[in-house]
Amino acid sequence: MSGQADHAGAAADRPGHTADQATAADPVPDGPTAELGAAVAEAAGITKRFGATVALDDVSLRVAPGEAHALVGRNGAGKSTLVSILTGLARPDRGRISFDGRAAPPVSDPSAWRRHVACVYQKSMIIPSLSVAENLYLNRQDRGGSRGPGAISWRALRSRAAELLETWGIDVDPRAEAGTLTVEQRQTLEIARALSFGARFIILDEPTAQLDGAGIGRLFDRLRALREAGVAFLFISHHLQEVYEVCQTVTVYRDARHVLTAPVARLGREALIEAMTGEATELRQVGSGAAPIGEHAPETLAVDNLSIEGVYAEVSFRVRAGEVLGLAGAVGAGATALGETIAGLRRPTAGTVTVSGRPVRPGSVPASLAAGIGFVPEDRHREGLVPLRSIAENMTLTVTRRLGRFGFVSGAARRAAAVPLMERLDVVAAGPDQPVSALSGGNQQKVVMGRALAARPRVLVLLRPTAGVDVKSKESLLETVASAATGGCAALIVSDELDDLRAADRVIVMFHGRVVKEFARGWDDHRMVAAMEGLSGEHDS
Amino acid sequence: MSTIVDQTVRTRPVSGRFAIRRLRDFSLIPVILLLLLVGFIVSPDFLTGSNMLAVLQQCTELSLLVLGETLVLLAGRMDLSLESTIGVAPVLAVWLVLPAHGGRFHGLGTGLPGWTAIPLCLLIGALIGAFNGVVILKVRINAFILTLGMLITLRGLQVGVSGGNSIFELPASFTYLGRAAWFGVPVSVWLCGVLFAIGIVLLTWFRHGRALYAIGGNPDASRAAGIRTDRLLLIVFILASTLAALAGILYVGHYGSISASQGSGWIFQVFAATVIGGVSLNGGRGSMFGALTGVVALQLILNVMNFAHVPPVWDQLLDGVIILAALIVSRFSSGEAQD
Repeated sequence: MSGQADHAGAAADRPGHTADQATAADPVPDGPTAELGAAVAEAAGITKRFGATVALDDVSLRVAPGEAHALVGRNGAGKSTLVSILTGLARPDRGRISFDGRAAPPVSDPSAWRRHVACVYQKSMIIPSLSVAENLYLNRQDRGGSRGPGAISWRALRSRAAELLETWGIDVDPRAEAGTLTVEQRQTLEIARALSFGARFIILDEPTAQLDGAGIGRLFDRLRALREAGVAFLFISHHLQEVYEVCQTVTVYRDARHVLTAPVARLGREALIEAMTGEATELRQVGSGAAPIGEHAPETLAVDNLSIEGVYAEVSFRVRAGEVLGLAGAVGAGATALGETIAGLRRPTAGTVTVSGRPVRPGSVPASLAAGIGFVPEDRHREGLVPLRSIAENMTLTVTRRLGRFGFVSGAARRAAAVPLMERLDVVAAGPDQPVSALSGGNQQKVVMGRALAARPRVLVLLRPTAGVDVKSKESLLETVASAATGGCAALIVSDELDDLRAADRVIVMFHGRVVKEFARGWDDHRMVAAMEGLSGEHDS
Repeated sequence: MSTIVDQTVRTRPVSGRFAIRRLRDFSLIPVILLLLLVGFIVSPDFLTGSNMLAVLQQCTELSLLVLGETLVLLAGRMDLSLESTIGVAPVLAVWLVLPAHGGRFHGLGTGLPGWTAIPLCLLIGALIGAFNGVVILKVRINAFILTLGMLITLRGLQVGVSGGNSIFELPASFTYLGRAAWFGVPVSVWLCGVLFAIGIVLLTWFRHGRALYAIGGNPDASRAAGIRTDRLLLIVFILASTLAALAGILYVGHYGSISASQGSGWIFQVFAATVIGGVSLNGGRGSMFGALTGVVALQLILNVMNFAHVPPVWDQLLDGVIILAALIVSRFSSGEAQD
């Protein structure tokens, strides 16, 4: 407990931190809630930096035995960094981790960590080509064997595995090949493996992301049963509904800082969402002064019953010329996949995309380009830029046909095409011949935007267009979108960033692959986040 | 070899999916039996003790490369340089040992006794493997492209040192293993049999052998399970190259000289044998026994074609066609896509 007090004092001593604490509304004071002896896991005063970025700033977390503790926060809150520190994969710059009241083992001793904590990641951590039994006892197959020194007794291994699976009520054949298991079985296998090391604290990272409704129900039943047997969980989820369903305590991080820890029962949804989003950002409202879109403006982009099986289903909407439509959705909601479908990167299983009345051939980027769809991909490093080539070359990558005949590209024409775009987007660079790898993130993103605009598109599809750029670049990027719209373009911004969505004339929200809500300009932050987190139904009624 | 088969069958329970998975190891046995039958029909001299021993001895050099390559492939990597190691390691060892004057091939004249040629050869193989492993694991260079570079470099080194000629003056100890026979069976066959038996036991009943499957199947999960993946991979690269050097020694003894093109083009046979034998190029799947049956099947095909008096000019074409057919068949019998 003294550690907690020290931590509060240290925070108050630092001016920057106190100012933040004062402006952030804390509905429930910071601090542990359970007083049941030693915590099964505790992180105190953890700070972690990656280069110039502060991933965690003096955060704490305390999980009591047998507790299901939720850790929530928007992207970049520091959740995954905390997980890697709690599981011994990363060393904190400051602060300490303890299990059952004792200091955690050194990072160099992974087997000691496994006796205290395990994490079930979204990514599969089993070996698909090996049997279930072998996966359970990976790298310790020979313990308790009877076939001479060091040799594995497969019979003993299988019976041990069968015993373990039965103890925890998991109905999987220990001889089955692990690669044939369903996601649900795979998760329970990983939980069983963690328990077999003696760990009584398990971190679940987005465990429901790949499960269907029935599977989620069964997972939650299992978690409750294990909790009664004394196993504690740290539950990381984007779906707040699930937090209310299975957790007793919730901790909220925001921008690498600890915001609050409170019993779930005493924390209303409003307060939880407010803790996650914080106060309104200082970003200037972009495009709010724009004239309303005329009723008679042509519907440039029409999406009808578009579906990809298992990703999203039956999405329909219209975007008029001059309109900016926001498409909001948390990770896995299907919004990004929808944006990529319109751009031709993915092939839909049903439905059509129409630009100015003409259907666009599905699943073809050239067809989408020819139809006048400009695209800013989600990850500029992977899909957006050719890093070693010049700004001019990157910007004109989609329009080489206009720069010369018979496949010949004139350097002068290329520069001539790029310079006005650079001016329009305010790209800060030595000149059009500078390689894009030398630019800052914001300026790189402007180059990607410039490429989308170079083809003079009728439709502009932007996926998280301001991800990882500074506030000023963010403003100028969103203003560019607004001005493109004013110029007659129909724009679609796919994002889960409220700042991006505020630039839109209206926003439709997707959850679990379906459109669940539509907001007109001037929406309330909390309701928007609630809709993205799948709470809209309860929230409104 | 028959002991290996018996052992494997006895310890594997025949039940459920597990058994089907294990049966894949034996998918080439019917093919081998069919080849024996065809050979028997083609020529009365085929199914004789002496011819069978000759086939087995033909198998030995290739089989050691396959043994090494299987370890590397199971762990999810590749080593193309084995086919150059088989030639360069003996050349360098002999170069170190032979006197500087007096023969057609001039050694360094270091004065090392002749018996050191074999340990030197194996050591050179180990060093090549260590170099491969360190560069791949520490510098993080793709194993395919690095070992391709090594293949060319080592081949160049062999040609440079040997002057592009075959070497006939060899220490007696160096040629013993490839020449001698114990109880009527060539030493090289005994040696390969023992090494494969060790390989099978290691990969089936020992934690470190199983760890290779884990690393090839999911490196992140292996690391999370406490397997020292980098260390094991380094050991695997060293083992593979050392085995290639040993194969070089057997080859030299078998043919009585170090041929200038020793091992050239073998890597295709090595990959064909391992993949036909059911080892996945994606790592984590396959067995040592399966790889061995792959080698035997390939050599039997060549032998049968010999007896069938197929003009040698068509050897290469038939060889290729048979490998392609076998790959396509094994793709479906294993049910795994080889992307």
